[in-house]
Amino acid sequence: MNSKKIELLVGSFLLAGIAAILMLGLKVADSQMGGNSQSYELTAKFDNVGGLKVRSAIKVGGVVVGRVSSISLDSDFSPKVTMEIDSNFNQFPDSSSVAILTSGLLGEQFIGLTPGFVDEETEILTDGGVIEDTRSAMVLEDLIGQFLYGNSDD
Amino acid sequence: MLIKSVANLGRSGLSYIAGAGRAGSLLFGALKPAGRGLKLLPLLIKQLYIVGVQSLIIIVVSGLFIGMVLSLQGYTILVGYGAEQSLGQMVALSLLRELGPVVSALLFAGRAGSALTAEIGLMKATEQLSSLEMMAIDPLHQIVAPRFWAGVISLPLLAAIFSAVGIMGGHLVGVDWLGVDTGAFWSVMQASVEWQEDVVNGAIKSVIFAIVVTWIALHKGYDAVPTSEGISKATTSTVVQSSLAILGLDFVLTALMFG
Repeated sequence: MNSKKIELLVGSFLLAGIAAILMLGLKVADSQMGGNSQSYELTAKFDNVGGLKVRSAIKVGGVVVGRVSSISLDSDFSPKVTMEIDSNFNQFPDSSSVAILTSGLLGEQFIGLTPGFVDEETEILTDGGVIEDTRSAMVLEDLIGQFLYGNSDD
Repeated sequence: MLIKSVANLGRSGLSYIAGAGRAGSLLFGALKPAGRGLKLLPLLIKQLYIVGVQSLIIIVVSGLFIGMVLSLQGYTILVGYGAEQSLGQMVALSLLRELGPVVSALLFAGRAGSALTAEIGLMKATEQLSSLEMMAIDPLHQIVAPRFWAGVISLPLLAAIFSAVGIMGGHLVGVDWLGVDTGAFWSVMQASVEWQEDVVNGAIKSVIFAIVVTWIALHKGYDAVPTSEGISKATTSTVVQSSLAILGLDFVLTALMFG
């Protein structure tokens, strides 16, 4: 084995090691894996997003149709969730509703999208559309609080 | 009888301390700047090839399988709690914090450490080291230093490759075979893995293991009894002592870093 070939192999070994470190590093930051398909964005405001995370799934009847692309706070201090929906699923009317659900007792939270009715007054949601009908995450502490201290307003 | 056994204990204690002293002076002599650093670069590259590149296959294969097994076992446990989407977190954290540095160091001790000991031991037995000294070349600089640096550079890179390949293997089994959601796999992992806490601490571990394993291997070879039996004993004790040192140090480091 001549020294040129050895140098080449050592160089590629060092490169492979650096690539592995980079991959581990990008895992910590937000890496964009496999996001090359066409998509459009919808936004929705919630009272409480609970444990929802960026890149959580958006499901319609259990089928993943998109991912959460960002979670931010609106000017009126209500959480605003931006959702990236696959362009194959572009027939949702603006009467659709979204809810933050939990898979299993300890599982990850995701957004469940329920398509609404269609009549002459509804429109199909397009890029930048807003879903008005939202249901927030269930927060266990709030539920226990309501249960313990009653809800005198009702 | 009693005096004899006390004397035996004292003799083995003294020889142990003398061995530690020789190991210290070996490392000091090898790391002492000799003013010919650039001339040693071709030697370092050759050793990087022998120590690093040739260990790559065993590291990649075992990393892949350990990641796959972790994922399979983790899935069967987590699915009982309906929390199988935390699989990515489990695989990534156990690889980055423990299995990556420790298992790659153990494999490195078996694959590269034993070869270093045998090579240097045979050089001593065939009096190549003495010949170098006859030609006024310091064998610590010519033989020991390139091998030491090659080990210290290679093992952290091998550990990083091990962890990365292991996570790929975990993804392969968890997502492609068992059907965990791929977005949840990565997002839970990204939310729980911290650069400083997990990746950097794992890298520090593997640098320390690299120094310890290479040092033990070089010392055992340099200190071997120059017979075929002595070389075989030295090779065995390299593997045994570096494995024990890795596991013991790992506990101490884990207690310091995550305790």
